[in-house]
Amino acid sequence: MSLRIGVPSKGRLMEKTFGWFGARGVTMARTGNDREYAGAVDGIAGVELVLLSAGEIPRELAAGRIHLGVTGSDLVRDKLADWPRQVVELAPLGFGHADLILAVPCCWVDVETVDDLDAAAAAFRRSHGHRLRIATKYHRLVRDFLTAQGVADYQLVDSQGATEGTVKHQTAEAIADITSSGETLRANHLKVLEDGMIHRSQAVLFAARTAPWTGDTETLRALARKLGLDLPGDLVPGA
Amino acid sequence: MTEIAPPRAAVRAEGEALMATFRAAGALPVECDMLQPAGTLLDLYGEDIRARAYVTADPLRGEMMLRPDFTVPVVETHMAHGADPARYCYLGEVFRKQDRPGARPSEFLQVGFELFDRTEPQAADAEVFALFAQALAPLGLRAVTGDIGILMAAVRGLKTTERRRAALLRHVWRPHRFRALLDRFSGRSAMAPARARLLERLTSGSAQDLIGAAGPMIGLRSEDEIAARAAALVEDAAAPPLAATEAALLYDLLTLEAPAGAALRHLRGIEPMLPAIAPAVDRFEARLAALAAHGIDPETLPFEAGHGRSSMEYYDGFVFSFHAANPDLPPVATGGRYDALTEVLGQGRSIPAVGGVIRPALVAGLRGDAA
Repeated sequence: MSLRIGVPSKGRLMEKTFGWFGARGVTMARTGNDREYAGAVDGIAGVELVLLSAGEIPRELAAGRIHLGVTGSDLVRDKLADWPRQVVELAPLGFGHADLILAVPCCWVDVETVDDLDAAAAAFRRSHGHRLRIATKYHRLVRDFLTAQGVADYQLVDSQGATEGTVKHQTAEAIADITSSGETLRANHLKVLEDGMIHRSQAVLFAARTAPWTGDTETLRALARKLGLDLPGDLVPGA
Repeated sequence: MTEIAPPRAAVRAEGEALMATFRAAGALPVECDMLQPAGTLLDLYGEDIRARAYVTADPLRGEMMLRPDFTVPVVETHMAHGADPARYCYLGEVFRKQDRPGARPSEFLQVGFELFDRTEPQAADAEVFALFAQALAPLGLRAVTGDIGILMAAVRGLKTTERRRAALLRHVWRPHRFRALLDRFSGRSAMAPARARLLERLTSGSAQDLIGAAGPMIGLRSEDEIAARAAALVEDAAAPPLAATEAALLYDLLTLEAPAGAALRHLRGIEPMLPAIAPAVDRFEARLAALAAHGIDPETLPFEAGHGRSSMEYYDGFVFSFHAANPDLPPVATGGRYDALTEVLGQGRSIPAVGGVIRPALVAGLRGDAA
């Protein structure tokens, strides 16, 4: 048996994850040629590196096919129903910061808050005959946020990329998307609602509640000691 | 309540027995498609229903939903070729996504009764409630009733701007937002700093100038729409807060919970200060009289003025539910009046309607416990 840890397979998220573990004496590296998704772990025995797309890591954790995984807190909350029942946050990693926000066109001088958006949506539906469209790929997070706020007369339209352009192209009236600096929003003449912060995301080390830990609890304990983590008592019996 | 679900055959038999009761009460059995067009349901219930209903794609008809309830298809069937008045009953599966692991099923049988009658709405309310109370009597359930019509009448009678009344009415089914609006309109909550800054800007120059300075016009929402809402905001800021007495009465109404007879006397007591509720209170009184004629005592019947507001059922008058002792169980039966829904679905035509549904699985489970 080995303890399987899922790590984003490319880009800055992978490099920073490698850096975070490396600083704690666990060396991760990709192996083979640079197109091959294979990796190795040094500094601790019994840990297997699984390189995955960050977007797939929540699903693999929920299915118990990996024991640990590094991915964005936004992805876990959006892709997993009742996520605290399925995974445990072991440690925020302090990088990969991004905010999921609600944004509307700058020219909407009458809309600064979610309350304004709700009122604008009511009027929009009356004059256009359809609900105000909000483009996003974070359907669960956005819908839960708007439901909790009691917003009505909107609809979510799916946008898997270039979401900031949907308003200009008239496929949506507003957007909910990830931003770090806000530059893309400004370039597309969009502004963030003052209370439109849906989730502050960062990279987090998660543990799967459903993974078969039997045989790997020693490895997990050793890894936790090396990483300086406290393991929640309900994760692994006796850990 | 036992944790083990009763056998499906027993549940269906329970449903069929309830169908027989409804048929004996004069209802015509109806069948409805399991696949319903998503658009109709989304327009009625909003995006929230996506979190609760299974959505699937049909290559020709587009987005479809596994029926989350029967009300909409039964109303559509009635609107297409129904007699007047009409009583319908149905038995079949409904589908609700569950976002939490646990005992609540995502697929279950529902048996229901709907009554379309434009002559005597209060008698119709009482007929449906009495039918359900009688059918469920052996289970010793706790009934709760309410009347969203009284709250709506109170809002319509507020001495404030039409815009504020409309905003409150729009959010009657969203208690959190309703409360926030009421707090704002009555001056109980301070204006949000963002709104204060916004008003300062909007009063400092013309909306057209502000829009021009804010950036290029993008999207479907036009300059006129933006300017119109800006004007509405400025106008609203100048409107005086709700009179303290009116606001206090509305808060009182939101929390009114009492036996129906006592609730009626309480409402009659506040009526002189809120005369707009008088017709709704008259209807309430007539309903209680009709219920009493069915042997249901208003002095012991629980009434909650806010009951049914957080359900997605679009009820706008009488509402009721029946509950088992175990608070973890969903209601065994729910129902109410939904006149506005028939108006929306009837595209101009409407017919007063009241009805309800029972979950046969819960009935079978409770019978098993009692045995």
